[in-house]
Amino acid sequence: MTTEVRSLLLGDVTAGDTLPELGHDVTATTIVLGALAARDWRPMHHDHDFAVNRNGTQDIFMNTPNQAAWFERFVTDWTGPTGRLGRMKFRMKGSVYPGDHMVLSATVEDVAVDEVGCGWASLLVTLAVDGDTKTDCSVRVALPTAPDDNPWSRRGDQWRP
Amino acid sequence: MSDPTVDPSDPDLPPEVAATIGTVQYETPGEFPVEQGYVYTSCSSVENGNPLFWDPEVAADITDGPIAPPTMISVWFRPHHWAPGRTEVALPLQVHFDLKAAFDLPEAVMTDNTIVFHDPVRPGDLLHTRQILRSVSGPKTTKLGTGRFWVIDVEYLNQRDELVGVETYTGFGYRRAAA
Repeated sequence: MTTEVRSLLLGDVTAGDTLPELGHDVTATTIVLGALAARDWRPMHHDHDFAVNRNGTQDIFMNTPNQAAWFERFVTDWTGPTGRLGRMKFRMKGSVYPGDHMVLSATVEDVAVDEVGCGWASLLVTLAVDGDTKTDCSVRVALPTAPDDNPWSRRGDQWRP
Repeated sequence: MSDPTVDPSDPDLPPEVAATIGTVQYETPGEFPVEQGYVYTSCSSVENGNPLFWDPEVAADITDGPIAPPTMISVWFRPHHWAPGRTEVALPLQVHFDLKAAFDLPEAVMTDNTIVFHDPVRPGDLLHTRQILRSVSGPKTTKLGTGRFWVIDVEYLNQRDELVGVETYTGFGYRRAAA
């Protein structure tokens, strides 16, 4: 293996833990690159004039699939590559625009092992700008219960996200 | 908008709408196989350095070979902006637009979105999707206007018909209150 892999284990995590924050200065490139990477061609994500004069928003804004990619990156930066996403639930409250400094933060709400032995951490992740929450995301991510456990090896009935 | 409470389906729904609840609709093949280049583009767009997506040896060790980021699941289903012979704009969530038309509701927003991830998606996979209407509420009035909430599942399957993910959308179709 060429890359050193760091894996968070379930036993390293406790309800109430917080994740290291991730801050990012959002530019028009952030928004447009994210939309096109998600194959979202709708003009409110790349056309300033359309966004302002047709949609009535202050600028182009970040699309939901790209926000999902940011949330995934944020969570797996913390878990390492053996962390396996099971479920994400988004609640959109506001938009993210060029010029914003967005901050992703999260708190561990629950840690559990399910009936088939899979370890799970439940997180509440928040994307905020200037302290104002733009999106909340509840995330359920599987973590190894031991160094020789790998959530990615679970299939069929052994995977209950 | 506050999180709505979506009632079980309205017993007085038009029969043509009621008949579609729980029925598989719009089974649609993906337009191209899952590809590594898009994986790099997506990871680059959010500066995601997870070695699963960049280092084949790590992917071989942990996931039995390369996979795509789970949150890319809807990427493989979005239609090309243009394709030869296409005469109408392709809509990625047709059931939602059908309901807007059925109830003559010109505006709509998505209030909730849940994604559940199942088997990993791998470069070379060719996904197909299907849409299932789960429920439609009776008439509701919110600060946006008067309309109905509906819940739609989009199931994603690979070429072996293995479930790779389910997205659940809650939509609110509405007509603005007269000024």
